[in-house]
Amino acid sequence: MSKSSAAPIVRAIALTKQVNTGNIRLTILKDVSFEIRAGEAVAVVGVSGSGKSTLLGLVAGLDTPSAGRLMIDGVDLFALDEDGRAALRGRMVGFVFQTFQLLPAMTALENVMLPLELAGEPAARGAARAILERVGLRERLHHYPRQLSGGEQQRVAIARAFVTRPKLLLADEPTGNLDAATGAQIIDLMFELNRENHTTLLLVTHDEQISRRCARVLRLAGGMLQDT
Amino acid sequence: MTFVREFALAARLLWRDGRAGELHLIGAAVVIAVAAVTTVGFFTDRVQQALNRQANQLLGGDLVLVADRPLPPEFERAASRLDLATTRTMRFLSMARRGEKNLLTGIKAVSEGYPLRGEVRIADGLYGPDRTAREPPAPGTVWVDERLATGLGVTAGEEIGLGEISLRVAAILTQDPDSVIGFLNAAPRLLMNGADVGATGLAQPASRIRYRLQIAGEDARIGAFRAWAAGRLPPGSRLEGIGDARPEIRAALERAEKFLGLAALVSVVLAAVAISLAARRFLQRHLDGCAMMRCLGATQGALVRLHLVHFALLGCVAAGLGGVIGGLAQQGLAYSLGTLIAVTLPAPSWLPALQGVAAGLLLLLGFAMPPLAGLGHVSTLRVLRRELGAPRGMGLAGYLAGAAVIAGLIFWKAADAWLGAYVLGVSSAAMIAAGALVWVLLKLMAGVRGGVTWRFGVANLRRRTLGSIIQVVALALGIMALLTLTLVRSGLLAAWKDRLAPDAPNRFIINIQPDQLEPMNRFFAARGIALPRVFPMVRGRLVALNGRRVSPGDYADERARRLVDREFNLSWATRLQADNRIVAGHWWGEEAARKNQFSIERGIAETLGIKLGDVLTYDIAGSTVEAGVTSLRKVDWDTFNVNFFVIAPPGLLEGFPASHITSFHLPAGRAGVLNALVKEFPNFLVIDIAQVMTQVRRIMDQVARAVQFVFLFTLAAGVIVLYAAIAATLDERLFQATIMRTLGASRAQLARANLAEFAVIGALAGTIAAAGASVLSAVLAQKFLNLSYAPGFAVWITGVACGSLGVALAGYLGARKVVNVAPLQVLRSLG
Repeated sequence: MSKSSAAPIVRAIALTKQVNTGNIRLTILKDVSFEIRAGEAVAVVGVSGSGKSTLLGLVAGLDTPSAGRLMIDGVDLFALDEDGRAALRGRMVGFVFQTFQLLPAMTALENVMLPLELAGEPAARGAARAILERVGLRERLHHYPRQLSGGEQQRVAIARAFVTRPKLLLADEPTGNLDAATGAQIIDLMFELNRENHTTLLLVTHDEQISRRCARVLRLAGGMLQDT
Repeated sequence: MTFVREFALAARLLWRDGRAGELHLIGAAVVIAVAAVTTVGFFTDRVQQALNRQANQLLGGDLVLVADRPLPPEFERAASRLDLATTRTMRFLSMARRGEKNLLTGIKAVSEGYPLRGEVRIADGLYGPDRTAREPPAPGTVWVDERLATGLGVTAGEEIGLGEISLRVAAILTQDPDSVIGFLNAAPRLLMNGADVGATGLAQPASRIRYRLQIAGEDARIGAFRAWAAGRLPPGSRLEGIGDARPEIRAALERAEKFLGLAALVSVVLAAVAISLAARRFLQRHLDGCAMMRCLGATQGALVRLHLVHFALLGCVAAGLGGVIGGLAQQGLAYSLGTLIAVTLPAPSWLPALQGVAAGLLLLLGFAMPPLAGLGHVSTLRVLRRELGAPRGMGLAGYLAGAAVIAGLIFWKAADAWLGAYVLGVSSAAMIAAGALVWVLLKLMAGVRGGVTWRFGVANLRRRTLGSIIQVVALALGIMALLTLTLVRSGLLAAWKDRLAPDAPNRFIINIQPDQLEPMNRFFAARGIALPRVFPMVRGRLVALNGRRVSPGDYADERARRLVDREFNLSWATRLQADNRIVAGHWWGEEAARKNQFSIERGIAETLGIKLGDVLTYDIAGSTVEAGVTSLRKVDWDTFNVNFFVIAPPGLLEGFPASHITSFHLPAGRAGVLNALVKEFPNFLVIDIAQVMTQVRRIMDQVARAVQFVFLFTLAAGVIVLYAAIAATLDERLFQATIMRTLGASRAQLARANLAEFAVIGALAGTIAAAGASVLSAVLAQKFLNLSYAPGFAVWITGVACGSLGVALAGYLGARKVVNVAPLQVLRSLG
């Protein structure tokens, strides 16, 4: 696939993350720089402990780096305070997690409505219903997460991620808790929605097959970005 | 997002949580807390009023206006303007005749409506079954008491002479409510219709007649009448309420109030523990949701505001429901006590319900707010890494605000700083002791080798040290409260009742001259009646305080005016009576260092503004005696022993003309003894206090029932505490059990491990609770209720046995799911 000529939506500049464990200072990410252009699908791969999830957390603004900068759609993410980053996430970023992260006290429909409700959208119910139908859960709208299979829970999570029409979708091992067949369906669905919504996708995965479906692969080893 | 939108979202989130069952525990805790506090509030409001009214039966009304000449009609008119019921009575002494026999008789002439409080009971013949009289005696008839009937040898249907007319005896009078107060109880009694008084010719201008206007109605209106009348009283008249008339009843009512207050306190503490546990669990379960919402763009402020509204709404709904339950419960209570009291209970005010709701909301917010503030800081990374713990504010510090709310509520409900301080002190000490003990035990257990189940259990307990400590502390507090309210309550009530033994003195004799002591002892010995201590007594009027003359005009308080206006009974003693306690200064003991000192009863000292060190001057038979106040005494008037407001050491008062006073128990059916006594010693004045004692016993019974009623709520709160304490670790247990079962542990192994762990926790909590309940009850009995009570061994046995068995059983039932649920289901629900 060819690189998109659009402006970068994510631009990481020398991102470094260090943590103190006892007396030892551990470097998890070191001088990681890259760009992702709008509409691109990029996979982050690497062995366990290579820093994949940490990188994703930084891109989402869920954590702060020890050094470096990160621009999301031209905005310096770490120049914002926590509330500013939360507001930016609400506006631009969607998430899909390995562990689904659905709220157990809410039905599928309510879980999908939640981001719109938090944003004060008046038509949350209609939009949530439409996207749940799109992911094939028309019959499961009023079921609680515990009443759904793993694959269905991840579909709800994908619907929740796309319902706000985010510019950037971050996915952390989205098939990690699913069997191979269900995982493949979920990945198909994610790529379809990605195309339909012109979303930029940053996907953390172990799975080489999934990473091959992305336009570009960022390979992490020992906290450093390898040439791809 | 605008406030309206946020509010609406918070309401929707609340609705979703409620529907998913997330609010059951915390909601139930608030409902029970509010219901308990509300019901107890009604006790101290409505039931207290009822008890007061019942005490007022001894007055025949809520207030009595007593005068030595006919009262102007303006008083009756004023009472009727305030919607108060009134009735007039006249009392005087006169001779009743039958044939050759004459007997000085206390005559009470009553009119329509008498009595306004209490009941008159009559029988058709001597010692026959009696019944309530609905109307006063018809004109032309009288009711006579047992003494008059036996003294004159008259029976129902026969005539007796009174002044210029003859009247027919229609019944034997067995009880008239206001006969014990302010009347010459020495004489036999006769009740007649007020319409006949004129015809007897006994009411002459010079006759010594007491005119009484009895008044009854709502407390506020009575207060208004009292205020209105106080400034308009004609000379020779006074207003009397029950507190003014009988210190014994006042003491009993005060003690009743303290018992109820104690029950209320225990319920509040328990409810608070339940709410704190439930709030903690609720917030822990919502950590992931909060992290998720942060990911979805909710700001810290928005999250805190959402949860604040969420909790406020939950609090309002649950507290409202609790208030309604409290209201219904008090109706049930009113019914149960109402039939016993036989008076219409005054309407409840809304205040107790409002107080209950406020208490529930305060408790909920006190315990939920600090962790809530922490929720705003929940790490958003939690969505990627579950191992990230709870934010600050979920730990001990988070409980400080809640503890402050509990402390505030305890002081509020105790309405007595010392009681509040004792309850708070013992509860805190029990909590700290429990916490420290668990911590030390967990440290020690780490070194003990054991099987895999043991290692697993201990590792669990150690890993969640704070959670384990909170669990044991909560259970200990819960069991302590239950022990206090069950074993200790019945013990304390029994100790109170014991003080009023069935053979307690029910008659006082005053005006015994020194040379009559020996003949009197012989009189009683001959009739097989035991005579308790005889006390010397001189009468003196307080004329100066610290050298400055005092007169009734110096005091605004009506009781103070009366006390200064009349003569005091002064006595001397070396030993302090068992029902007296020195509250300030020192008692002189066997050898008083100096003769001129006084010990004063605390209540009267407060009324007259007398302090320790003040110098009092009494006028005794024309001479003055001056002495300093060296001690203040608290007197338990409800023991019905002879007691004095002012006591001196021997040597100060012996030179003055003294008479003696004593009390004795007159068994039922021996009225003849009194007739013989008065015949042999005509100067004796015999005071009948049997009815007052009956009244005090009734108050005791009602308090016991009322406390039992509160206990139902306490029990419910206790169950919630138990469940909340078990539920607190349920999620974690579920997860661990899943792992264990996946690794091959059998269900029986897991069940045994759970049972053992809960039994240990329960035994630990039970032991601490027994210690706490023992200390608390001993302190309360001694310092606060003035009762000698030592909690028995039963408290320890029950505490430990019920603690371990109850918690093990409840834990097993509560955590049954841990053993029975399919591991896959847990893994799936954990996502």
